[in-house]
Amino acid sequence: MVKVIFVLAYLIFAPFVGALLDGVDRIISARMQRRKGPKLLQPFYDLGKLFSKERIGVNNVQLFLNMSYLVILMIAGSMLFAGADLLMVLFILSTADMFLIMAASSDSSPYSNMGSSREMLQMMAYEPLTLLVAVGFYLTTGSFLVSDIIREDISAVLWMPGLLAGFMFTTAIKFRKSPFDLSTSHHAHQEMVKGLTTEMSGTTLAIMNIAEYYEMVLLLGIFFLFFVNSTWWSWIVALLLCAVIFFLETLWDNVSARVKWKTLLYSCWVVTLVAGGVNILILMLDK
Amino acid sequence: MGKVSKSPWLLHYDASSCNGCDIEVLDCLTPKYDIERFGIINTGDPFQADILLITGGVNSQTERVVKQLYSQMPEPKVVVAVGICACTGGVFKECYNIRGGIDTVIPVDVYVPGCAARPEAIIDGVVKALAVLDEKQAVMKTPEEKER
Repeated sequence: MVKVIFVLAYLIFAPFVGALLDGVDRIISARMQRRKGPKLLQPFYDLGKLFSKERIGVNNVQLFLNMSYLVILMIAGSMLFAGADLLMVLFILSTADMFLIMAASSDSSPYSNMGSSREMLQMMAYEPLTLLVAVGFYLTTGSFLVSDIIREDISAVLWMPGLLAGFMFTTAIKFRKSPFDLSTSHHAHQEMVKGLTTEMSGTTLAIMNIAEYYEMVLLLGIFFLFFVNSTWWSWIVALLLCAVIFFLETLWDNVSARVKWKTLLYSCWVVTLVAGGVNILILMLDK
Repeated sequence: MGKVSKSPWLLHYDASSCNGCDIEVLDCLTPKYDIERFGIINTGDPFQADILLITGGVNSQTERVVKQLYSQMPEPKVVVAVGICACTGGVFKECYNIRGGIDTVIPVDVYVPGCAARPEAIIDGVVKALAVLDEKQAVMKTPEEKER
């Protein structure tokens, strides 16, 4: 019963939480740049407007593929919040991303196609560490099941600080934060117009944004797993630490410039190898 | 559905400007003027834009670009001509390659004169355009328009 409530809460509230976080992110970014910034509810206004715009379909499949992206992300998130297999959640997360890539490469814009190939490159950069995180949880707790992980006596982060650092590093890609916002960016001027989303407008773009909000909450949920344990107060601490991590990602977004694709790939793999690999090695030897 | 004026995304195009007005447009994004407080984003993508902000008069080479950008924007949309060249052709009006103001090619909703137009004037013009944007959205929602 609790599982059902958690899944329903995720499905209903995740887009609202995601949009609010996006609003907070935009205000914090603006304050860091000594600007006033938009209103807190700006992402909601944006979504409302996008749904009310005239529909320009560049082809018949883009909207459908974006819907698939959204639905598959919802499935992945529901599985996480239902306490299912973490490895499966991460696989489904990657599947969802493939639909976004297909949506972007379905149209004829060269910018959009370039965005989709960059998105694939980004997947290549973050995927190894994502899998290592799942392996790390298995080695620490002896189970891939989220419901088992949250019932451990001590928080997983004590055994896997390297993996946490690595996951924070690669999540900047998932959050589409600078320096890793190669495929598409929240910021205005990009070398390839809007990259992945160049030919998405109105409803299509709105659905993509909602999917991103689901993804954001899902990723914060994985960060939550690092800190949570069997005590009740660890839930509050974990939530606070998730907020801190989100703030750090915003800070990083504002102090760094976009990197070239090679720097992205090499830096992510080096972090995976050093922070992730060494952490896994210690876990394998000591646990 | 949300009002389009609450989240106007802006596309800026330089039709043949001397860059004077362009710099003033970019000034609007700086901490001092900060147009993001109105929810305005400078997007650079016509598919996602609501306001087309053009500086400089139209010449024979930029004519088709202006037309294409305008046609790629989904309704409702407004056009703001920034600077005297964009309004009328300005000092370049008599040049052999200049068509004239933006309104010789596409319909313009708001004119912002000045050489260069001041950031305050640009922001005033954009805010005026927001009212036009809402009017157009209201027209879109009327039944006759839906049938069309």
